Amino acid sequence: MHSDARPPLTLTLAAIGALLFLHLPILLIFLYAFTTEERTYQFPPPGLTTEWFAVAWNRADIWPPLYLSLRVAAVSTALALILGTLCAAAMAKARFFGRDQISLLIILPIALPGIITGMSLRSAYAIMDIPFSTFTIILGHATFCIVIVFNNAVARFRRLSGSIVEASMDLGANGFQTFRHVLLPNLGSALLAGGMLAFALSFDEVIVTTFTAGQQSTLPIWMLNELVRPRQRPVTNVVAIVVFVTTFIPILLAYYLTRGGSETAGGGK
Amino acid sequence: MAFATDTPHMTPAVEFQSVSRHFGAVRAVDGVNLTVAEGEFFAMLGPSGSGKTTCLRLISGFEKPTAGVIRIFGQDSGNTPPNRRNVNTVFQDYALFPHMNVRDNVAYGLMVKGIDRRTRHAKAEEILAVVKLDDYGDRKPGQLSGGQRQRVALARALVNEPQVLLLDEPLGALDLKLREAMQDELKSLQQRLGITFIFVTHDQGEALSMADRVAVFADGKIAQIGTPSEVYTRPRTRFVADFVGSSNVVAPAMAKALGGPEAWASLRPESIRLLPWSKSEIRGSVTAMRYLGSGTRVAVTLPVGEISVLVPAGLPLPNIGDSVGLMLAPNALHPLDGA
Repeated sequence: MHSDARPPLTLTLAAIGALLFLHLPILLIFLYAFTTEERTYQFPPPGLTTEWFAVAWNRADIWPPLYLSLRVAAVSTALALILGTLCAAAMAKARFFGRDQISLLIILPIALPGIITGMSLRSAYAIMDIPFSTFTIILGHATFCIVIVFNNAVARFRRLSGSIVEASMDLGANGFQTFRHVLLPNLGSALLAGGMLAFALSFDEVIVTTFTAGQQSTLPIWMLNELVRPRQRPVTNVVAIVVFVTTFIPILLAYYLTRGGSETAGGGK
Repeated sequence: MAFATDTPHMTPAVEFQSVSRHFGAVRAVDGVNLTVAEGEFFAMLGPSGSGKTTCLRLISGFEKPTAGVIRIFGQDSGNTPPNRRNVNTVFQDYALFPHMNVRDNVAYGLMVKGIDRRTRHAKAEEILAVVKLDDYGDRKPGQLSGGQRQRVALARALVNEPQVLLLDEPLGALDLKLREAMQDELKSLQQRLGITFIFVTHDQGEALSMADRVAVFADGKIAQIGTPSEVYTRPRTRFVADFVGSSNVVAPAMAKALGGPEAWASLRPESIRLLPWSKSEIRGSVTAMRYLGSGTRVAVTLPVGEISVLVPAGLPLPNIGDSVGLMLAPNALHPLDGA
């Protein structure tokens, strides 16, 4: 239904109110990164300073979590790109009994609450006697990263004319040549978008990580711990800005890369 | 006939020996025997689900036979993968690579064989000239019309110099005018290149006008195989009579009423003439008329059943409800095999 009539005033006000409620707190986070008051988040800030950026830069305890987060995000994204694409290729092509059910099982990790994924992985590691390490965090993150890549890739596979793969084989290409010259160029932007979304999700993941990290801290977990400490609070806000930028930019890019398609479906974790 | 398909010393381009392809309980292709001679323009005609496309995919290698032997130029090919067969396909939806320009699309088969860029681009341009797309090398498939895409698909297949070219409903997506132009073009291209063409269609007009020989498919089997005029004028079964050019399929009682022997027969609508009621022993009344442009199809109901008569444009037409007499051309009733 398309209507030229103006919506009622109350609805407009409610919408504006909801948007402000959603987004003003983010601005507050930015604002508190510049406050001169380090113990409490006092509003309005008594004064503004950029000294916390320098302090954050020099704090030795920030860098290991940052490196860990980047490493985990990069490796789980790479894993997800390989496994998710293969999975999508298989599911897009095959017709077999129970295909829809298996499709659902692949997507399930994204629908499952993180706390369930975390608990189940933790008990699985315990049963199998796997000590906590970077590897266990990566496995945890890969569970939902694969889904993101799978969702993006499977949508693109469906949109591609099925016969271009056959055409390639018909013209004498082997499986690898077909993948390299026909599939990859057509999947490229979907994979890039899926990869960036997966990276962003992994980079700020807290719940699954708390169950699978052991003694190590990723950046979001470091922030959670830091919030309960009384000193140098604005440093956390500086880190929050870093996290915001590292996750927001890829998601924004992913959105623009796949605009017009339905590939970003399932990016809600 | 120019095509001596039964001479033993000539290797057929494609040979099926009792080939079957079953999908579970579905017998898509069921015990098909056929021989396509080198240089022949061969049509596989049939309604959808008759097995003609599966036959094509058996030749291209995308399907493997459940039973039987497929030989391509004498070589047993049943288990050879598609990329190892010297056979190329023009796909129904053309299946052009959307991310490549026309030149790279056409050169694709040469690229995967490892031929250097300069040589393969030169060959691509050469073949693009053959299909009259000289200046389109830099365009993307999305910028072309349906007919142009069709030519690119053709060029992309022909650049590999295949022993056999397969065409899957090649003209199905084109509008009528373009389709007729492409029919002539395909035919002359095939004659110039001398490559064996095998094409699949559900359009009997297309099959009859282009092919040297036609195989009519029904339920996974070949109902009849022969030259277009053989299939058209002497259909062997009721199915062929009905499917190729919408003949009257005449039941034994009707055949007797029309002055023939009491047996199943086919009768072309164009081999019947309408006469004034008093001038013929065979009489009926007009129950329906359909204008076709080049003529009018008139349904005449006789005491034993209905029959369809084609009145060419320009001849006087009866009115619905009129009583008319019928006259058959000599030998118009063509006997059909029992079923």
